[in-house]
Amino acid sequence: MPEPQTAEPLLQVRDLKMYFPVTDGMLVQRTIAHVKAVDGISFDIMPGETLGLVGESGCGKSTTGRCILQLEKPTAGQILYHGADLNRMGRAELAAMRRKIQVIFQDPFSSLNPRMKIGDIIGEPLAVHGIEPNSADRAKRIAELLTVCGLSPKMADRYPHEMSGGQRQRVGIARALSMKPEFIICDEAVSALDVSIQAQVINLLEDLREEFDLTYLFIAHDLSVVRHLCHRVAVMYLGKIVELAPCDELFDNPLHPYTQALLNAVPVPDPTIEAGRKHHLVKGEVPSPMNPPSGCVFHPRCPVAVENCSGPVPELREMRPGHWVACGEVS
Amino acid sequence: MTVSELPNSAPATLEELTEQRTWYKSALGLARRQPLGAAGLFVVLTMVFMAVFADVITPYDPEANDFEFMLAAPNSTYWLGTDQFGRDQLTRIIYGARTALYVGFVCAFIGAFAGLVLGVASAYFGGMFDLLFQRVMDVFMAFPLIILALAVVSILGTGTSNVIIAITIPFIPQCARVVRSSALAIREIPYVDAARAMGFSHKRIILRHMVPNVMAPFLIMLTTFVGQAILLEASLSYLGLGVQEPTPAWGLMLQGGAEEYAESAPWVAIFPGLAITLAVFAFNMFGDAVRDVLDPKLRSR
Repeated sequence: MPEPQTAEPLLQVRDLKMYFPVTDGMLVQRTIAHVKAVDGISFDIMPGETLGLVGESGCGKSTTGRCILQLEKPTAGQILYHGADLNRMGRAELAAMRRKIQVIFQDPFSSLNPRMKIGDIIGEPLAVHGIEPNSADRAKRIAELLTVCGLSPKMADRYPHEMSGGQRQRVGIARALSMKPEFIICDEAVSALDVSIQAQVINLLEDLREEFDLTYLFIAHDLSVVRHLCHRVAVMYLGKIVELAPCDELFDNPLHPYTQALLNAVPVPDPTIEAGRKHHLVKGEVPSPMNPPSGCVFHPRCPVAVENCSGPVPELREMRPGHWVACGEVS
Repeated sequence: MTVSELPNSAPATLEELTEQRTWYKSALGLARRQPLGAAGLFVVLTMVFMAVFADVITPYDPEANDFEFMLAAPNSTYWLGTDQFGRDQLTRIIYGARTALYVGFVCAFIGAFAGLVLGVASAYFGGMFDLLFQRVMDVFMAFPLIILALAVVSILGTGTSNVIIAITIPFIPQCARVVRSSALAIREIPYVDAARAMGFSHKRIILRHMVPNVMAPFLIMLTTFVGQAILLEASLSYLGLGVQEPTPAWGLMLQGGAEEYAESAPWVAIFPGLAITLAVFAFNMFGDAVRDVLDPKLRSR
């Protein structure tokens, strides 16, 4: 378990499991296997903190975000928000909680309803939740939100297809901000954007964090983006957290063999240095999450694996202050 | 694409200007790009006109008998001839358009809308609800349309309102099935997730976020349903299970003429038959044109 800290965490995830059943049969559905997308992960997010969640495609990082948002019903585990378990909430309680937890999606083209104008997209939650019931006040608030996100208030009359990807992502951010949330899950929020637009959107996210005291869960696979934005980083592999550490500590002193391989794969932006660098490629492919390896899930590919690695599942251990690693061979 | 959809205000920016020209062009260019669709629309509009102003434009009472001219061939007094009771064929065909369109539109709208909401809801809720609902739909789809309609009529009895029920019921699963497949794809799109994450009600997500995005298949179903409903109504009336005499209906006229007078007075069957064919053809052509216009692959952005 990550260390208990003095301030109360905003979000505590405890032993979260999300197994998707693989079923067969026409009328009577038989479960023949489970895809273990998320397999027992735990972490805390402190108020005002940005936690990065990194890992390759299919490692369960997006599923974790969807579970916190209650878009998926987790198989097991607790998601405590201000100490209250989101998994056990009824519809009404959850609806109130949803105002505080918002999401920014990866794809700016499919995250906005193509049949709605920008103003309606941003204004809908304000109307539905009775935040701005008066339409004139609402229009004012929409203009305000658009301005905050670097868009012209005139854009409220546009349709999503009339905007560029970067502009649409800003609309997505404005929509997430409309209910004055405390916590925003950025699910690959910049991955689909051009590099130059990425920088703008990252700066916007940073500014908003300052301005509105936001807490982020930043799901990404781009390590340089994560390093720029996050306070702490959790590395996921095959549904498990293998390493969790403060951002600089993780990048400067990675302890888990998987994290080391991941960081080693990041190219250096200098062709001469890059050409001379030795890459320690991880052998093999990611195993199927339907039938993950026993013990440490990374052991079949691990360069330092010993016999014992296929035995008991390694727990997260605190090797340095705040630096947790799930590997039996690290000392 | 009607004139009413043109922006009223003067074009302010270049974008608005190009947008207005696109609307204008597409309104004018419909006939050029979709000649069959435009022809279908023309026939449909003519039918609507005939049905609405039947009282004004017809020369005779549809139920008035002229016993001097029973089974008269088309002539200058009775342009399309008279039937075995001496009633004017032209008048009855024009009044028949009223019956056909009434049954056609009511069945198509109720059937398609019920199918739309049920299909989207089935896709949205998924799981056991979807599974059971789809199996029920399978049972309905297993019957040919006419057989199912016949079964309903034989339970409820004849008459216009029962015919409408009989035709509407088989439409619902057809539309629900098609709409569900589109809605399944839309359910996975992030804007639906975003709506759920914002705590919107199921009703709002289905009606505001999903239904407007399955409009293309829905409108195509709707237009073809009108044609199908007209044909079904005519079939049921022809079989004596639909609209009852003396209400003017094309299927009834066909029945009266075809069996006994096919050789001696062919006009009694030919003209109502032509009316049915033309109406169904027109709605199908119009439906095809709607599909082409709504298909995003064919539409230039």
